[in-house]
Amino acid sequence: MKKIIELKNITKSFDGEKVLDGINLYICDNEFITLLGPSGCGKTTLLRMIGGFETPDEGEIIFMGDCINDVPPHKRNVNTVFQKYALFPHLNVFENVAFPLREKKVPKAEIKQKVDEMLSLVMLSNFANRSVTSLSGGQQQRVAIARALISKPQILLLDEPLGALDLKLRKDMQQELKKIQQSTGITFVFVTHDQEEALSMSDTIVVLSEGKIQQIGTPADIYNEPKNAFVADFIGESNIIDGVMVENFKAKFSGHTFDCLDKGFAEGEPVDVVVRPEDVDIVPEAEGMLKGLVTQVTFMGVHNEIIVDIGGFKWMIQTTDSVNVGERIGISLEPDAIHIMKKSKYSGMFGDYSSYSNELDELLDAGGEE
Amino acid sequence: MKTTSKIYTSLIFVFLFAPIAVLLVFSFNDAKSLSVFSGFSLRWYRELMSDENTLESVKNTLILATSATCISTVVGTMAAYGIYRIRREWMRGVMNTVTNIPMINPDIITGISMMLVFVFVGHLFGAATSLNFWTLLIAHVTFCLPYVIFQVLPKLNQMDSNLTEAAQDLGCTPLRAFVKVTLPQIMPSIITGAIMAFTLSLDDFVISYFTSGNDFQTLPIRIYGMTKKTVTPKMYALATIIFVVTMVLLLINNVVESKDRKEDRYNSEGGTR
Amino acid sequence: MNKSVARHTSGGTGFFLFPYSVWSVLFIVVPLVFVAYYAFTDNNFNFTFENISRFFTAVSQVKNPDGTFQEVRTYLVIFVRSLKLAAVSTVVCLAIGYPMAYIMARARAKTQRLLVTLIMIPMWMNFLIRTYAWMTILQDTGILNGFIAKLGMSPLHIIGTETAVVIGMVYDYFPYMILPIYSILAKMDEKLLEAARDLGCNGFGVMRRVVFPLSMPGVISGITMVLIPSISTFYISQKLGNGKFFLIGDVIEGQYIANNLHFAAAIAFILMVILLVCMGLLKYITGRTVHGGA
Repeated sequence: MKKIIELKNITKSFDGEKVLDGINLYICDNEFITLLGPSGCGKTTLLRMIGGFETPDEGEIIFMGDCINDVPPHKRNVNTVFQKYALFPHLNVFENVAFPLREKKVPKAEIKQKVDEMLSLVMLSNFANRSVTSLSGGQQQRVAIARALISKPQILLLDEPLGALDLKLRKDMQQELKKIQQSTGITFVFVTHDQEEALSMSDTIVVLSEGKIQQIGTPADIYNEPKNAFVADFIGESNIIDGVMVENFKAKFSGHTFDCLDKGFAEGEPVDVVVRPEDVDIVPEAEGMLKGLVTQVTFMGVHNEIIVDIGGFKWMIQTTDSVNVGERIGISLEPDAIHIMKKSKYSGMFGDYSSYSNELDELLDAGGEE
Repeated sequence: MKTTSKIYTSLIFVFLFAPIAVLLVFSFNDAKSLSVFSGFSLRWYRELMSDENTLESVKNTLILATSATCISTVVGTMAAYGIYRIRREWMRGVMNTVTNIPMINPDIITGISMMLVFVFVGHLFGAATSLNFWTLLIAHVTFCLPYVIFQVLPKLNQMDSNLTEAAQDLGCTPLRAFVKVTLPQIMPSIITGAIMAFTLSLDDFVISYFTSGNDFQTLPIRIYGMTKKTVTPKMYALATIIFVVTMVLLLINNVVESKDRKEDRYNSEGGTR
Repeated sequence: MNKSVARHTSGGTGFFLFPYSVWSVLFIVVPLVFVAYYAFTDNNFNFTFENISRFFTAVSQVKNPDGTFQEVRTYLVIFVRSLKLAAVSTVVCLAIGYPMAYIMARARAKTQRLLVTLIMIPMWMNFLIRTYAWMTILQDTGILNGFIAKLGMSPLHIIGTETAVVIGMVYDYFPYMILPIYSILAKMDEKLLEAARDLGCNGFGVMRRVVFPLSMPGVISGITMVLIPSISTFYISQKLGNGKFFLIGDVIEGQYIANNLHFAAAIAFILMVILLVCMGLLKYITGRTVHGGA
C-alpha cells in the first residue's frame, strides 16, 4: 500500500504543556485509520495538524512526498467533518454542499450536477432547499459529510463526528461511513474516544495517551495483544495482575504458575498479566487454579458480570453461569486466555475492579487519607 | 400580573411619560405659556420651520451621525474580530480595558480630555480655533466605537469557532472565510451596533459641547443654546417631531424583529418534522 | 518551504486590530494622559501642584440665614454636594427600579418586550429636553402646582431645591438602573427558585437568599450607570436647581468657559481618581457579600 501522509517526530505544546510528544505515524492510501484515546490525549490536535489548523513545534508532516507544515488549510487537499458539523447557518443544504465548488469557481451546471450526486450519496436528495438549522443531528451529519467529500479530497478527517448522535443512529452511521469510505476509496482519519466504534470501523487503530502513541495495529491485534496496561484497560475490560515470568511459556501470578503462550522475557522478569473477563472459566472451588469469594453479581442480559475477590485483588469475570454473592468459587485459565505485557509507566494504574471509574478511585483514595 | 404589580407599573409609567405628555400637549398651545393651555395652534411648528439655525443644526447632526456611524462600524467590527482572534489572554485584557474607558468615564471627562488634546495640537500648529467639524467627528467616533465592539464581540464568541475553520478547510483564504462566513453570522450585531452608534451620536450633548467649534452646531448644542435664554414652545414642537420620528423608527424596528422571530419559529418547527 | 510564514490561524489579526489600536491610543489613552498633564501644570506648562491644592483649599464667604457670614471651602462643599445628590439619586433609582425590573422579568414574554420598549422610549428623547420638561412641570407656577391648587392645597416650592435636582437625575437615569437588573433577572433559571422553595425557603427567603444575590451583577452595573452620569452632570443642576446648586460638573464647565483649562483638568482628574476608588470599593464590597452568602 502506498503511503499518503507521514508524520515524523511531531511535537506540540500549548502554554508550555506538551500535547503531542514525538509522534511518528504513516497513513496509507485508501485506509480507514482511527485515532483513539481519552480526552486530552492529543488526538484532535493531531487531526487539526493534518488539516492545517495547527503547526507542529517540531517535526514534519509529509504529504505525498512534500513537507506541508506551512501549507494553509485552504491549499491542502484534505477536508474535515467537524465535531459539531460546523454547517453554515446562513446557507441552505444545497449551498453548504456547493460551498467548496463555488470557491473554486466551478460552472453552475456542473455544481448542480455534483451536489445532486453527493446529496443522493448521503440520501438527502429531498432536502436540498431546507435550512440546515431545521435538520436533525443525523441529517446535519450527512450534510457535513457531503460537503467535505464533494471536492474529492485525498484524505477525509472526521473529528468525533458521531458523538452527538443517539446509540442506534450511531450504529447506522458507522455502517454508512464505512460503506462510503469503501465506495469512494478516500483515506479516512477518524478521531474518537469510543473504543467499540474504533474496533468496529477501522482498518488500523492508533491508541494515544498523554500525547504519545501507545500502540498501532489492526483492531484484532490491539484487542488480543495489548502492548501495555493502558491499552489493555482502554480497549475492552481487562483484569491486569502483577506477575513474574518464570521461564518461556510459564508465568506466575496470584501464587500460582500458569502455562501461557508468551516467550522472550528474561527469567524472573516482573510483568503485567492481562486476562479478559470473558476468558475466565468458573469451576468448583476445589478444582480451581485460583480461589475467591464472589462480592458482586450484575445481570447484563447476555451474561452476568461478577466481581471475585482473589487474595485481595478484585477480578471481573463475564459468565453465563449463575453464581451468588458470598459464594466461594474457583477459576481456571487456558494458556491462550493469558497475555503477558512488559512493565510500563501505566503498570498498577489499571485492571483492578474495586471500582470502575478513575474518579471513584481518586475519591476513595482521598477519603482514605483523612 | 398581580394587581399591586399593575398599580406599581402604572405609577412608574406615569412618572416616565408625564414630561413627554406635557411636551406634546404644549407644543400645540396657542399662547406662549408653558403652564396654561389656551387653545390649539400649529404656530410653533410654523415658527420652527422658519428657524434656519435650527434646521441647519438638524442637517449637521445627521451628517455627523452618519459619518461617525460609518467609521465606527467599520473600525469597530474589524477591532472586534481582531480582539476575538487575540490568543494572548493579557493582550485581550488590555484591549478590553481600554475599550471600556469611554463607556465608564463620565462624558464630561471624555469631552474635556479630548478637548485638551485638540487644543494642545491646535496651538502647536498655531491655529486660531482648534475645534471644528473634524474634532467633533473624532470625538463621536471615539465614544461610538466601544458600543460597536461590545455588540459584535459577544456574537463572535458565541459563534462556533469551527465555522471559519470549515470555510478555510473547504478552500477559503482567511480573508475570504471572514467575508463569506463570519460576516453573515455577525451581521445582525453589526447592524445593532451601527444603530446604537447612530442614536448615541444624534443624542450626544456633553462630549459635543467640549469638542465642537462655533462653525458646526449640532442639534443638542443648539437646544442647549435655546434653553439658556427664555424658551418658546418652538422647542416643544421640535421635541414632538423628534419623538414622533423615533416612535415610527421603533415601530418599524419592532415589526421587522417580530417577523424575524416568526421565521425562526417556523424554522425550528421544521426541524421536528 | 518557507518556515518563517506566520501561523495562518492567527495571521491577519494585526491587520484587523491596527486601525483601532492606533485610534484608541490617540483618542482614549493620550487624552487621559493629557488630563493629568494639564492638571499638574500651569499656563506655561511648568509643573505645579497649584491646581490640585486650589481645589481643596479655596474658600469663599457664604451668608447664613441670620445675616452673618461664614467661610467655606468653595470646591469641597460643591464636591460633597455632588456626591450626596448623586448617591441619593442612585439609591432612589435602585429602590424604585428593582421592583420594576422584577415585575418585568416575571411577566409574560410578550408583556416583557412591551415593557422594555416603554421603559426605553424616554431615553430616545434628548436629555436636555427631558430635563427642560421637568422644569416647566415643577415651576412655582407650573403644571404640578396648578394641579395641586385645583385640589385646594397650598402650592409646593420645588424648583431650585435639591429635591428638584434629584427628581431630574432620577428621571434621566432611571432606565439605566432597570435594564441591567431586568436582563439578569429575566435570564435567571426558574428552576433555581423552585429548588430554593423545595429546600425550604419561603417567598421572602427566596428573594433574599437566591434572587437578590444572583442579580448582584445587574445591580452593580445599574448603580455604576446611574452614579457616574449623575455625579458629573452639569445641565440638570443649572435648570432644576435654578442655578443655585452648583455641582462639580458645573464647576468644570464654568472653568472651561472661562478658559481655565488647567484648573478644569485638575478637577476632572480628581473626579476621575475618586470615581476609580468608588468603583474599586463597590467591586470589593459586593465581591465579599456575594461570596459570603446570607
